[in-house]
Amino acid sequence: MNRRAATFGRHAVLLVGAVAVVVPFLWMFTTSLQTRAETYTSTSVLPTSWHWENYAHAWAAAPFGRYYLNSLVMAVGIVAGHLVLDALAAYAFARLRFPLRDQLFVVLLAMLLVPTFVTVIPAYSLVAGFGWIDTYAGLIVPRLADVFGIILLRQYFAGIPQELDDAARIDGCSRAGTFFRIMVPLSMPAFATLAIFSFLFAWNDFLWPLLVTNSDEMRTVQIGMASFEGRYGTTWNYLMAGTVMATVPAIAVFMVFQRLLVRGIAMTGLKD
Amino acid sequence: MPSAEPRPAAAAANRPAPVTRARGRAPRLRGDRYDRSEVLTAALFVLPAVTVLGIFVLYPILSAARTSLTSWNGYSPTKEFVGLANYTALLHDPALWNSLGVTVLYAAGVSVLGVVSGLAVALLLDSPIRARGLYRGVYFLPAVTSSVAAAIVWRYLFDPAGWVNTALGSVGVDGPDWLGNRWLALTLLTGLTVWKNLGFNVVLYLTGLQALPTSVFEAAQLDGANLWQRIRRITVPLLRPITFFVVIQALITTFQAFDLVYVLTGGGPRGGTEVLGMFMYREAFRLGNFGYGTAIAFATLYLVLAVSLVQWRVSGSGRSSLR
Repeated sequence: MNRRAATFGRHAVLLVGAVAVVVPFLWMFTTSLQTRAETYTSTSVLPTSWHWENYAHAWAAAPFGRYYLNSLVMAVGIVAGHLVLDALAAYAFARLRFPLRDQLFVVLLAMLLVPTFVTVIPAYSLVAGFGWIDTYAGLIVPRLADVFGIILLRQYFAGIPQELDDAARIDGCSRAGTFFRIMVPLSMPAFATLAIFSFLFAWNDFLWPLLVTNSDEMRTVQIGMASFEGRYGTTWNYLMAGTVMATVPAIAVFMVFQRLLVRGIAMTGLKD
Repeated sequence: MPSAEPRPAAAAANRPAPVTRARGRAPRLRGDRYDRSEVLTAALFVLPAVTVLGIFVLYPILSAARTSLTSWNGYSPTKEFVGLANYTALLHDPALWNSLGVTVLYAAGVSVLGVVSGLAVALLLDSPIRARGLYRGVYFLPAVTSSVAAAIVWRYLFDPAGWVNTALGSVGVDGPDWLGNRWLALTLLTGLTVWKNLGFNVVLYLTGLQALPTSVFEAAQLDGANLWQRIRRITVPLLRPITFFVVIQALITTFQAFDLVYVLTGGGPRGGTEVLGMFMYREAFRLGNFGYGTAIAFATLYLVLAVSLVQWRVSGSGRSSLR
C-alpha cells in the first residue's frame, strides 16, 4: 500500500515536470497549424485547427531537403570524429603515464573555457586559407575532436576498475589491446551519451556553419531556418512549421540513441 | 620493465582519479622515468585529437590573445599595438561591472537549479517505473531543440500579449511585462537555460546512478538508513564527479551564453540581461571594437579559470573530509 502511494507520488511529480517541459512544444506545434489570424488570438495549447498546408508552404519556401542533407553529413562526420579521436585521447589521459600528461590535460580544460567568439575569427581565416569555405571539410574537420568528449570519457574510464586492465595485461594483452577489448566494450553507455551530445551539438550549431558557408547549397538546417525567420518573422504559423521541421530529426535520432543507451547499460554488467 | 606485473601503487592512484586529483598524484615508481612503450602508445592515442584541437582551437586562441593587445577594428589589415590599454579601460567600464553581476547571478541560478532539478528527476527515474523511457524522452526534448528555436518560442510565450499573460488574464491575474523588467527578464533567461539543460543533466546523473554498486545501498538499508539518509549520505557523495561536471558545464554555458540571450532579450532591458557574451558581442561585432571585445573574452576566461580552481579546491577538500 505504502509502496503504491510512493509510486503514485513519483508519477505525480514527474507528470507536473513533464507538462512544464512540454507546453512550449505543444504551443509551437499548435501555432504551426493555425491560420495567421488565429496565431494572434488563440489561447489554446492544443490544436484547434489543422492547416497542414502550412508545412507545405514552409517546405516550398526554402530548399529544406538540401539543408537536411548538409546537416546530416556534417553531424555524422563530427559524431564519428568525436567517438574515435576523443576516446583514444581519453584513454591515454585516464590510464597511461606519459610526460606532461597533467599539464596537457589542464591546457585542454582551459581551452574548454575559452568563449567561442575568441576563436571564431582566427579559425575562420585559417579555414579560408585552406580553401575550405563552402565545403564539408570546412564544416567537419575543425570540429573532429572536442574537449568535452575527452573529459566525459576520461571520467568514465577512470571509474572502470584498474584490476580489469591489470588482469588483461597479465594475460599478455598490449595497452592498445586493453583499450579495444576491455575499455571500449565496457564503455558503451558513455559512448552512447557522447554520440547524443555530439549529434545535438552538430545539428543545432549555428555560428560556425553560418561563417563557413556562403552558398544556399551548403547551408545547414539551422542557417536555413535563420534566413527563413528573416523572411517569415511575422507569419508565426509558417515560422513554427519550419521550427518543427528543424527539430523533428534531432528528436528522432535521440529516440534511437536512447534505446542504445539503455541496452548499453544492461550490457556492461557494471550494474549488479 | 615490470609491465607484466600488477602495479598496486599505480592501480591505487589511478582508480577513482577525478579531474581534481590527477595533478601531482601521478605515480612515480622510479623517479621521473616513464615506460617507453607506454609513452609511445600514449603519443599515438593523443596525437589525432591534440592535432585537431591545436590547429583549430589553440592556435586561434593564441592569435586572439595578440589581438586583445591591439585596437583592431575587425577588417583593417594592420593591428595597432596598444599594450594593456584595453584591459585597463575595461576595469573602468561600468558596463563590465553590470555585465559581471548579471553573469554571476545567472551562473549561480543555472548551477544550483541545474543540479537540483537534474538530480531530482534522475532519482525519480532511477527505478523500474512505468513509462520511464517516455519521461526521459520528454525531459530531453528541450535539449534537442536548437537555442534559436527554443528562445523564439519562449519570447513569444512571454510576450505582453502572449500565451502566458492571456492565460493569466483568463483567471483574473494581470500578467507583468516579463521581458520589460530586468529581474523578471533575468529570471526568465535562467528558467529557459535550466529548462533547456534539464535533459542533459538528467542523462548525466542517470548514467552515474546506474554505475553505482547496489550493494552499498543494500548494506545501508540493512543498517536502518532511510531513503533520505541513503540519498544524502551515499548517492550525493558518490555522484560528486557527475555534480562537478554538471556545475562546470553550467559555468561554461552561462559564461559563454550568447544564442539564448541574443534571441530572448537581446541583452535588455537596459543591460538587465547583458551577460558577458552579449557585452563582448556588442563591443566587437556591433561597435567594431575587436581588440576591446577580445580583451573582454580573455578577462572572462581568467575569471572562469579562477572560479573553477576555487571549485576544485572546495570539492577536493570536501572529499578528503569524507574519508
